[in-house]
Amino acid sequence: MRHGTFLAFVAPSLIAMIALIVFPVISVVVQSFHAQHEQVIEIVESCGPFGCSETTAVNQEATQALREAEPLGRFVGWDNYVNRGHLAFAEMAEAWSSSETWGEWWSKVMNLPFYGAIVFTLTFTFIVTPLTIALGFAIAVAVNSATRAIRGPLIFISLLPFIINPIVGSLVLFWMVDARGILGQAIQWLASDPDLSVKASTPMMWIMLMVYGVWHSAPFAFVVFYAGLQTVNQDTNEAAMIDGANRWQRVRYVTIPHIMPLVTFVALIQLMDNFRVFEPLISFSAEAHAQSLSTYILSDLTGETVLFNSAAATSMLTVVCVGILLSPVLVRTWRDFKRA
Amino acid sequence: MSHAPTHRRLPGYLQALLTTFLVVWLIMAAVPFLWTLWGSFKVEGDFFSKADWTNALTGELTITETGGAFTGQGYYGAWVQEEFWRAVMNSAIVCFFVVTISLTCSTLAGYALSRSTYNYAFWFLIAALIFRAMPPITLVSGYLLPFFEWNLWGHLSTTIIVLVAINQPFSLWMMTSFFRNIPKDLDESAMVDGCNRIQAFRHVILPVMWPGVITTGLFSFLLAYNDFAVTALLLEKDNQTMIPKIASFLGTTQTKGNVMFAVAAVISATAPLFVLILFFQRQIVSGLTAGAVKG
Repeated sequence: MRHGTFLAFVAPSLIAMIALIVFPVISVVVQSFHAQHEQVIEIVESCGPFGCSETTAVNQEATQALREAEPLGRFVGWDNYVNRGHLAFAEMAEAWSSSETWGEWWSKVMNLPFYGAIVFTLTFTFIVTPLTIALGFAIAVAVNSATRAIRGPLIFISLLPFIINPIVGSLVLFWMVDARGILGQAIQWLASDPDLSVKASTPMMWIMLMVYGVWHSAPFAFVVFYAGLQTVNQDTNEAAMIDGANRWQRVRYVTIPHIMPLVTFVALIQLMDNFRVFEPLISFSAEAHAQSLSTYILSDLTGETVLFNSAAATSMLTVVCVGILLSPVLVRTWRDFKRA
Repeated sequence: MSHAPTHRRLPGYLQALLTTFLVVWLIMAAVPFLWTLWGSFKVEGDFFSKADWTNALTGELTITETGGAFTGQGYYGAWVQEEFWRAVMNSAIVCFFVVTISLTCSTLAGYALSRSTYNYAFWFLIAALIFRAMPPITLVSGYLLPFFEWNLWGHLSTTIIVLVAINQPFSLWMMTSFFRNIPKDLDESAMVDGCNRIQAFRHVILPVMWPGVITTGLFSFLLAYNDFAVTALLLEKDNQTMIPKIASFLGTTQTKGNVMFAVAAVISATAPLFVLILFFQRQIVSGLTAGAVKG
């Protein structure tokens, strides 16, 4: 295809992506290096019966005018990245030198909002992804062993948790584990503690969020693996059987190698999706117990004072993390492309 | 696939294990929705029953409070009192335009990407993959300040365009992989016969591309319908779509003690998706696996 024709065909898509993905990223980068103008401080001389004294006061009007004239604020370099809300170098150094045990140091680190968010996000990503793959594979095997006639309805029901909106899906679950909900009461009964509440306990909240994560994405893994199981080469399978391979060996040496590329694919998509975990934390009103990178940005953008610059710095750090997470895939895709 | 099923018969204990597991999974997948659907016709005291969980099934309090075992109070409160219908209308508008515009863009681009052999086509797709991986909320933090300054914030049209752009990377990958499955010879022979590229696309590719377009359209719809990050932050209170509206119910109704509005709204927002899976299950499954099978 000629260059000109190619450009004509991709133009609408390209323009949309440049205007609303590339430019916002640039806007985020610029914002992350700026901070709102400080308040305009004036020295006011006030004279009373006992002589004059100089006091400092905030000139609200001038501050307002300056902030409106230059909404971007002033250039502050890397300040936004190293302040307490983000990488917090000073606090980290302090925590390191003042802590005597690892536990003490860890609890100090977890109190820093950015580190708390990244620890939760990474924990969520790396626990939910393998569990999703395992559960998805198990469902695929189970559905595959069912009678052909009922597989359609089985797939229909299995798809529900995945297709339903994440806010809605997590709300439905949240209502059930509420202290007055059916699952919440079941948990209280099992633990024989009538005051146990998921909302009040950090570990319970983390577990619930991860249970939701697995429940929500397992259907995706299931559908992909199920499609893979349909195309396992039956000749190879039969040949292995004739060679005396038992059931387990056939699964190990025929089915698993066939499924492996799909596992990589599901893992990649799941890593990307779990890393941006967002909606369940909102539905579960989890902010007191768990904060992900996405909800941390949201809380900066919707707080009493909107902190654009802080949100921008977090966004940049998040994008960098996504880049690191994706780098093995990108390198591999590039190699495949060169080979082809 | 017509292999003899006898080869695949599992030993009894294994089959029993798998069946048990399958039943447990189906309960996990379906019961939360059925439970909420049933509960949406009860009063709050039954849906969240501290006294006895069976009340949620029998509706003790619902009978004493309203006289019947089922009540439409939650739905009335959500749709009429809190004007959920407005959110439904807004969602319909957003979804319609996002799907139409997004499909037009990605069909054209996907076709070009599948037919180009130059390096830049590859880089285009890689860039799209990176964009796909970025959390939408990071982009939203880039939109807000310029949108406030240029007075673009709070309009449905802005949100539609933003959702189209966020939708592009995924749709591009999907359409490209569909077009790669349509043999190149088809349009190339048309061009040998004297068509130019646009004519070849119009007369030869257009008639055979609909399965791919429908599948991609479904996923664009799901993205627009389910979006929370963009619609919650870029729309004003009075032109909110369904999902941010439901989220805002949680803030207001919890204090009013009427969480049932949210429950009814949740069921109302879920029903269309339920119908969607019912009719398009095959396309959804093929869409989910499309990326996997072709890499």
